[in-house]
Amino acid sequence: MNEVGIKWYHPGRISVYVLLILITFLSIFPFYWMFVIGSNTTAAVAKFPPVMVPGANFITNAQNVFATIEFFRAIMNSIIVSTAITASVLFFCSLAGFAFAKLEFTGKNKLFIFIIATMMVPAQLGLIPSYMIIAKLGWINNLNALIVPAAVNAFGVFWMRQAIMSTIPNELVDAGRMDGCSNFRIYWNVVLPIIRPSLATLGLITFMNVWNDFLWPLVVLKDKASQTIQLALKTLNGAYYTDFAMVMAGTFMATIPILIVFLMFSKQFIAGLTEGSVKH
Amino acid sequence: MASNLELNKGQTSTQTPVKKTLKQSTKDHISGYLYISPFFILFGIFGVFPIVFTAFISFHKWDILGTREFVGFRNYQLLFTDPLFWKSLGNTFSIWVISTIPQLFMALIIAFVLNQAFLKGKQFFRLSVFLPNITSVVAVAIIFDSIFGHHYGILNYFLSIFGIENINWKGTYLGTHIAIATMVIWRWVGYNSIIYLSALQSIPKDLYEAATIDGASKMQQFFMITIPMIRPMIIFTVILSTIGGMQIFAEAQIFSGAGGGALDQGLTMTLYLYEEAFVRNAFGYASSIAWVLFLIIVLFSLFNLFLTNRIKSAE
Repeated sequence: MNEVGIKWYHPGRISVYVLLILITFLSIFPFYWMFVIGSNTTAAVAKFPPVMVPGANFITNAQNVFATIEFFRAIMNSIIVSTAITASVLFFCSLAGFAFAKLEFTGKNKLFIFIIATMMVPAQLGLIPSYMIIAKLGWINNLNALIVPAAVNAFGVFWMRQAIMSTIPNELVDAGRMDGCSNFRIYWNVVLPIIRPSLATLGLITFMNVWNDFLWPLVVLKDKASQTIQLALKTLNGAYYTDFAMVMAGTFMATIPILIVFLMFSKQFIAGLTEGSVKH
Repeated sequence: MASNLELNKGQTSTQTPVKKTLKQSTKDHISGYLYISPFFILFGIFGVFPIVFTAFISFHKWDILGTREFVGFRNYQLLFTDPLFWKSLGNTFSIWVISTIPQLFMALIIAFVLNQAFLKGKQFFRLSVFLPNITSVVAVAIIFDSIFGHHYGILNYFLSIFGIENINWKGTYLGTHIAIATMVIWRWVGYNSIIYLSALQSIPKDLYEAATIDGASKMQQFFMITIPMIRPMIIFTVILSTIGGMQIFAEAQIFSGAGGGALDQGLTMTLYLYEEAFVRNAFGYASSIAWVLFLIIVLFSLFNLFLTNRIKSAE
């Protein structure tokens, strides 16, 4: 209230902008740096002081990447896995979230607390037996090894329950019942259209997590043809570190798809994260 | 009169559809259990069974192909006298301290700054602060590998302007831990800022107005209103960073190479677990690491929960 008279050049305000611009710079610089090295030759990179501006060698580096790893195959694998898991997580988690938010059944609260508690268990604890199960199923080097275990998760159920509880009034569910809708019809025709923003946020989080997952794919996908882009990047970095410009070009290209997906949904996503929690 | 009317209305509405509600309740039970069953089926197969089976394997000597031999607690005894395990424990905690504590303080400051009412370009700044979180750990490790390079790294160049000699980040414990912690901070500080920001936005404005009228300074307001009000989110981020930090893996594996480097300076607990299981095929021993890691995560989370709980509550 008493700040109305303060001009933008007030020292406090200037320091706020300076701080934010510095943080923005630190956030964006590694992306820029990735392109700088990826577009120069390795010889040009191995200099002191290092190069600071993009070069003209990006296309050559990219061609070297394509010749060394199955880049597009790996991108395709990542797209398949991320899309399949995102679709299945959105469906099963919102369905379970709907049950916890709007249906009455015995033991509901205890079961929900149990689901929350499972979030505390680190994935590594079951890593070895999970690997054995996948091996028994014959899914080593098969994308099913990533998709099936991740088809539904505790965080998603929690997230969707909160969303449905805060956006869908009970009257709406009752009205649907008056009209003779089955529970699934209510879920499909009434609940789903309303919770679309929460679905978008959960979808983006899931997609990014799967795209960037590393340890589990590393354990179950050994074959080059089944590798996701993160594993291909690791191969590229591990075996060809002498051609650093090429490694960076590959890393840059592997980051582009997820960057595009994020920027497409970013406005809704950040709003979903910040404003969503205001309504408890 | 009005209450009487309502009472009547309530009675009639509970009486007439008795048959229907019973039926509805059965329906709700069936659909309720059906809708939540996918989670429990999947968690049973890829959650409960592996956890129990990990415990079972940890009492055996087993390389998966050969015979399984029951050894009781020997894997655990070996583990506690294994210098490599203690090293991995030390490395993990060192990286956790260097990454988490500065990170959460920075996130708090960034969130506070982003929440200033006069700020122009809010959307842009939120987006750019969050952006690092979308990159994969593999990409982050490769990029920072180059930034922290010994001879041609841009950080050493930057430091040389201030007269600081070339630092061999990869070759030393502290250098490696700082580099890995920097990757964690860079990738997660924006995420935590946005979480804090959401908590800051839910604080009612009139609290600050009342405090201003009472003559509280900005500093007092920050410690007496802001911090207590966002305490639940602080606890949430501390626990999340604890669980995540104890499981650090990819950054270390890529920055220090397989095995965690010549001095084992990048050997974290999860990396050690991975090496034992999938490089040396010592599945029994690796399973005992998994259980000890889990217990450490639980104990350390509870310890941090106890610490953060001592922040003054809003109530």
